[in-house]
Amino acid sequence: EDDLAKARAKPLFNTILIANRGEIACRVIRSARRLGIRTVAVYSDADRNSLHTRLADEAYHIGPSPSADSYLRSDRILEVAAKTGAQAIHPGYGFLSENAAFAELCSSRGITFIGPPPQAIRDMGSKSASKRIMSEAGVPVVPGYHGDNQDDAHLAAEAEAIGFPVLIKAVMGGGGKGMRIVERAEDFPEALESARRESRNSFADDRVLVEKYLQRPRHVEVQVFGDTLGNVVHLHERDCSVQRRHQKVIEEAPAPNLSAEVRAELGRQAVAAARAVGYVGAGTVEFIMDADRPENFYFMEMNTRLQVEHPVTELVTGADLVAWQLEIASGRPLSRSQSEIPCRGHSFEARIYAENPENNFMPDTGRLVHLSTPVPNCDASLGLGSLNRFPAIETDGQPKAGLELTDGFDMAPLTRVESGVRAGDEVSVFYDPMIAKLVVWDTDREAALRRLNDALDRYHVVGPRTNLSFLRRLASHPAFAGAELETGFIDLHRDSLFPEGTTSDSPGPISLESVVQATLHLLLEENKQTAASASSSQFPASPTWSSGAFQTNLLTSRVFNFNVPTAAGAASTDPASKIAVTVTYQADGSYRMEVVGERLASAGTAAGTAADPIILENVRGSRIPAHGNEVGGSVAPGGTAGELVTDLLQSEWAQHLGTARVVARQLGDESQSIQPERELHILRARDSARHVLRLDVPKFVSKLEEGADGASGAGGFGSVLAPMPCKVTNVSVAAGDIVSRGQTLMVVEAMKMEHVVRSPSDARVARVVHAVGDLVGERRPLVVLEPIEGEEEK
Amino acid sequence: FRSGSATAFRAYSSLDVSATLKTNVDTTSDVFAENDTRMRSLVADLKAKVAQFSLGGGETSRARHTSRGKLLPRERVRQLLDPGSPFLEFSQFAGYQMYPDDVPCAGIITVDSGGANLPNQADVFPDKEHFGRIFYNQATMSAAGIPQIAVVMGSCTAGGAYVPAMADESIIVANQGTIFLGGPPLVRAATGEVVSAEDLGGADVHTRVSGVADHMAVDDAHALALTRRLFLNLNQRPGADIRTRLPVREPIYNPEEMYGIVGDNLRRPFDVREVIARIVDGSEFDEFKARYGTTLVTGFAHLHGYPVGIVANNGILFGESAVKGAHFIELCAQRKIPLIFLQNITGFMVGQSYEHGGIAKHGAKLVNAVACANVPKFTVVIGGSFGAGNYGMCGRAYGPRQMWMWPNSRISVMGGEQAAGVLTTVARDQAERSGKEFSTERERSIAEPILAQYEHEGHPYFSSARLWDDGIIDPVDTRTVLGLGLSAAMNQPFDKEDTRFGVFRM
Repeated sequence: EDDLAKARAKPLFNTILIANRGEIACRVIRSARRLGIRTVAVYSDADRNSLHTRLADEAYHIGPSPSADSYLRSDRILEVAAKTGAQAIHPGYGFLSENAAFAELCSSRGITFIGPPPQAIRDMGSKSASKRIMSEAGVPVVPGYHGDNQDDAHLAAEAEAIGFPVLIKAVMGGGGKGMRIVERAEDFPEALESARRESRNSFADDRVLVEKYLQRPRHVEVQVFGDTLGNVVHLHERDCSVQRRHQKVIEEAPAPNLSAEVRAELGRQAVAAARAVGYVGAGTVEFIMDADRPENFYFMEMNTRLQVEHPVTELVTGADLVAWQLEIASGRPLSRSQSEIPCRGHSFEARIYAENPENNFMPDTGRLVHLSTPVPNCDASLGLGSLNRFPAIETDGQPKAGLELTDGFDMAPLTRVESGVRAGDEVSVFYDPMIAKLVVWDTDREAALRRLNDALDRYHVVGPRTNLSFLRRLASHPAFAGAELETGFIDLHRDSLFPEGTTSDSPGPISLESVVQATLHLLLEENKQTAASASSSQFPASPTWSSGAFQTNLLTSRVFNFNVPTAAGAASTDPASKIAVTVTYQADGSYRMEVVGERLASAGTAAGTAADPIILENVRGSRIPAHGNEVGGSVAPGGTAGELVTDLLQSEWAQHLGTARVVARQLGDESQSIQPERELHILRARDSARHVLRLDVPKFVSKLEEGADGASGAGGFGSVLAPMPCKVTNVSVAAGDIVSRGQTLMVVEAMKMEHVVRSPSDARVARVVHAVGDLVGERRPLVVLEPIEGEEEK
Repeated sequence: FRSGSATAFRAYSSLDVSATLKTNVDTTSDVFAENDTRMRSLVADLKAKVAQFSLGGGETSRARHTSRGKLLPRERVRQLLDPGSPFLEFSQFAGYQMYPDDVPCAGIITVDSGGANLPNQADVFPDKEHFGRIFYNQATMSAAGIPQIAVVMGSCTAGGAYVPAMADESIIVANQGTIFLGGPPLVRAATGEVVSAEDLGGADVHTRVSGVADHMAVDDAHALALTRRLFLNLNQRPGADIRTRLPVREPIYNPEEMYGIVGDNLRRPFDVREVIARIVDGSEFDEFKARYGTTLVTGFAHLHGYPVGIVANNGILFGESAVKGAHFIELCAQRKIPLIFLQNITGFMVGQSYEHGGIAKHGAKLVNAVACANVPKFTVVIGGSFGAGNYGMCGRAYGPRQMWMWPNSRISVMGGEQAAGVLTTVARDQAERSGKEFSTERERSIAEPILAQYEHEGHPYFSSARLWDDGIIDPVDTRTVLGLGLSAAMNQPFDKEDTRFGVFRM
């Protein structure tokens, strides 16, 4: 009792260093701030302006962008810690978080590593060692044979003992090589032989192991916490079955469709696992569970750090896990006993990645031109909303009445956005492409899932490609709603998760509404430009500004030409991707639009052919402030903060069109093109599909970029002439050479200055007229060029 | 330049009053309904004709033009202008029904020119305002600091070659534009030299060899993009120093009611204040001398924030009204306030007592004031424009910056009925002197052709075809058209030079 009181009285750290970046660094800083702890951030070159450096009290540069040169440089991180007087280092996840050597190094410098003891990291870091320790502690591990006896009969007997189906795996295996699923005993010998053969061929090693095969495995994990006094509790389980490329996509707590007994057993086994390695701090015990028989679950591994998906646990328990980490690392005891840790309602987390789901989830990079999110109503700096939902708990061992679902329980649903980026930030190649974690809580799974879908629909990113549409399809999938969870979920439902038209090279989806919104956006942008010009003019009230596209006795019409890029974001060559909108300015200030385009998905409209265009009368638009339930912003390509762009259509179409936020994104910049291409992203609430249109660039732009203006004369063939009287100082080409446009042909000297004579086009050198040392008169030929064979003269 | 006043009416003092015009229009009356219907049909005819002109040539000639990668003239204009900005087109009826072939808008909006129309050379070549004047004007305008940019998108032959050559800067479209004094046929006829148009005076020649043009564009759109860039370097300087009143308030009455107020019957009187009330900012009008010379309405108002003096007919001009008008114009000239004339005038009053009262010298005062007032003047013919009334009300000869016709208007030396009346009276007098009978048939045979001729020649389409005005407008657009005109006028600092009036006969 005395020790406990003493431990409880231990002071928290004054200063901690966060050896991480992105959302988790921000997350840690928020909790630390709420506890009054000073924070020190570290950053690489790429993160010089990142959010975590702004949120922290201090930030220090630790090296170049690659993490090996920065976030993995324990020496530099410890230098910063020493310099700033940080008493502890929070490693976040990834990077140094499960590096036992780093943990030891910290303690050798008298700095607390906020994590488990190094030995626990080591024990759990080895798959084989951890399984052995777990077996010894009575924690169920996947039944299997990992022994050296590779005799056929012996292996068959082991398989029989494990119980079919079993999995034969190459000991050296990876990537599915040398892996066989065996359903029945009679198939075992042949499968064994085949697995060995493949393993031999791939790894020059034919040793195999045999394990229990779960046909429909679930990934269920338990959050545990230990303190320095030897107490260990669990904070219930999470289901993280929905994965792609071995990374979790949507996680939830609690795991659905589990009996109270199974859940209690999961918790008990997780605590046992943690105890077996003398665990201190936050950890996660991962189990593989038979979806058809949830009582069969087996230890897989233990992650000795705070996990990405910890927020779902926070929302169902009301515990701030980072705060717990900080308290425990300070030597304080766990602030709640097991019986004081409730599991209330249901929480989901969706991970928003910069990636291309249509292209095997390959990561994508680039500037976040626009970012808008649902308005979060809780975050760590506000105590995660737990203050209301979980009334104060005394740690006297007995649960309080407040823990029951009673008066004190605030049922307000929660939305939480954990992100380390802002609009304008870059998703770089150096780090994990996660943009944010979207976390929701509601009273039950069905309500929480609805909230997740709603929140996803309000989350919009323009810039790198994201998995938002995919997440939306996933979260609204009937099988997901039905909690038919298993790790093969995405593969199993691939057809419905990737409906036709979402392959990477097919034109992306587009609707008539999007086309109208995009056009309207361009018109409103022009109006804004006009208003800006007006306000800076001598006569701001001149009807030059205010009378629109007035024409004497005529209505003004003009055409906007768009094309729909492919789902992967590339320019589409499909003529069917072209869309033309003829806008007529009406006298009453509204617009009439005639839309022609084969790809318009809106049902019940005319074909949209030139002969039978889709006609919209009385289209009006205005800018309105962003929705109250959205936050975000855009940046211009140059990086200055831009305003929110939201258009409202007030017309007979209003009920169909409503509001949209249209974000224009410039592809490339003026240094590369005299008119860089522009993309319009049409973002609508209740629609996370990616609607993108590209604005056609006038034909002359490409002509000019091909050199059609012929600074050296029309056509680019024939004689290349001396620009002035000069002396040839160098000849770079010979007759017969193929040269490309801009390539140096000759260097001449005139008026004591060197001039480089370049090829005006891709061509073949027909003749070099002059040699080095020749004096050449003005406009005399230097080199004669001819078209490359097979190319018509343009 | 902006007035400090934020609202039109700020009751600083308990004595402040507003000058908002009241309306007495009964929009439910039969007269209103008839006027409205007839004016709407005139406007509809106007717009239908202009819509036809706006197509330019027929379907085939347009297709031929666009198939060469050229933009149609109106598309060129649109692409040249800021997107979504106004285009106040002049003289859409120019040449209307004057030639055997249709010449929409007199071909002015189309810039291609093969030179003078050789069969019609006598009508276009030698006189003061003929072809040569274009280049004289280019030179003198350039001297006056008015920037000129030529974009050559077709052929500029003979005299036409001087247009780009005399411009400050010129752009020519590759493989499309040509400039030469004599085209290939003329060269061949004169010297026997055979040369292609492109080699004679194409874009490459003129931008690389001759220097006749300054910039080469790859196509029409590029040429217009370049033109827009050239405008960036004009360094436009501030215009007139004039106090605008902001924010601008729209008229409080519906401008469409002008259809029903005015109609097309020139003999049906209406109160011109009802028209003013539907044109000026906030329908506010500070009338000057409202109780004197009441057939001419004068007063101050604002139009799109610009201060204006309005002179509007409300009946026949009498000596008092003419003197009042001269006085008001002097005020505006003194104060540098632009003038707007709303013409609906049958003429000055005739008769013994009026001649004795000196109506001629009073009319002369008005003409003197109108002619000399050195402020931008704008004239809109909203009804009749007959006789000396046209002069006193700033007709074409008095150099208004712009002069616009409503489709119901008529312009001639006198009304058709008056002319027929004068001529039949003269004929009757002759007949009576020679003792002949003057039958009603004879009277009708004299009057009817005159009536028909005056109706035809007094029609705004006839007038506009001959450039006696700048165009015919929908009455509803009057406010916008005048506003755009005022806006254009403000580019010149007209306020720098004071007005010097001629001798007023007192």
